Amino acid sequence: MDTPQPTPAQHDLGGNPRFRCTPVEPDADAPPDAFGKRVDALRTVLRDKGLLTTDEQRLNIESLPEDEYFDLTYYEKWLRAIAAVMLAKGVVTWEDLQ
Amino acid sequence: MSAGVGEVSAARFEVGQNVRVKDARPERVARLHLRTPHYVRGRMGTIQRALGTFPNPEDIAFNRPAQPRVLYHVLFDQPPVWNEGQAGDTLLIELFEHWLEEA
Repeated sequence: MDTPQPTPAQHDLGGNPRFRCTPVEPDADAPPDAFGKRVDALRTVLRDKGLLTTDEQRLNIESLPEDEYFDLTYYEKWLRAIAAVMLAKGVVTWEDLQ
Repeated sequence: MSAGVGEVSAARFEVGQNVRVKDARPERVARLHLRTPHYVRGRMGTIQRALGTFPNPEDIAFNRPAQPRVLYHVLFDQPPVWNEGQAGDTLLIELFEHWLEEA
């Protein structure tokens, strides 16, 4: 048990040598831009309507393919996850998103 | 659905008690929403504090009725976890009761 098991999900990074000793992104705590604010507003409306929980959103962020998980910005990942939950629930159709 | 945030009267474990994190990898069976980091599964830790009772995020993520679960701070020795660090280094993690068993 002294060797970390393969990472089971994209977000579960502890002990992964790929992420050791890499600089912290100083903009990570920057306030959201206009796009980020719109995504946050969308999330809030859907949550207040009972259509989306934080854990539903997290599950879908953590399920993103590896290349998208590490390439998309913070709020782009939120939007991808929101779209996935809304599609799965039939709130929107994939045609709506074209 | 949820008990009060600070409600821990139903806690199964006491402060200072040694526990083992279940050595389970159920995400290999199905797509699940697990909040227990892979690197502490199977490891021994010590209960530091019961934090409260919360709806199980493993249920919330799938829009199911969520069972209330007690959440703990569990303390681990860090060096064996990642084969790094110095003696005395520790790792404090929030873990739900259903992931813990008596050590």
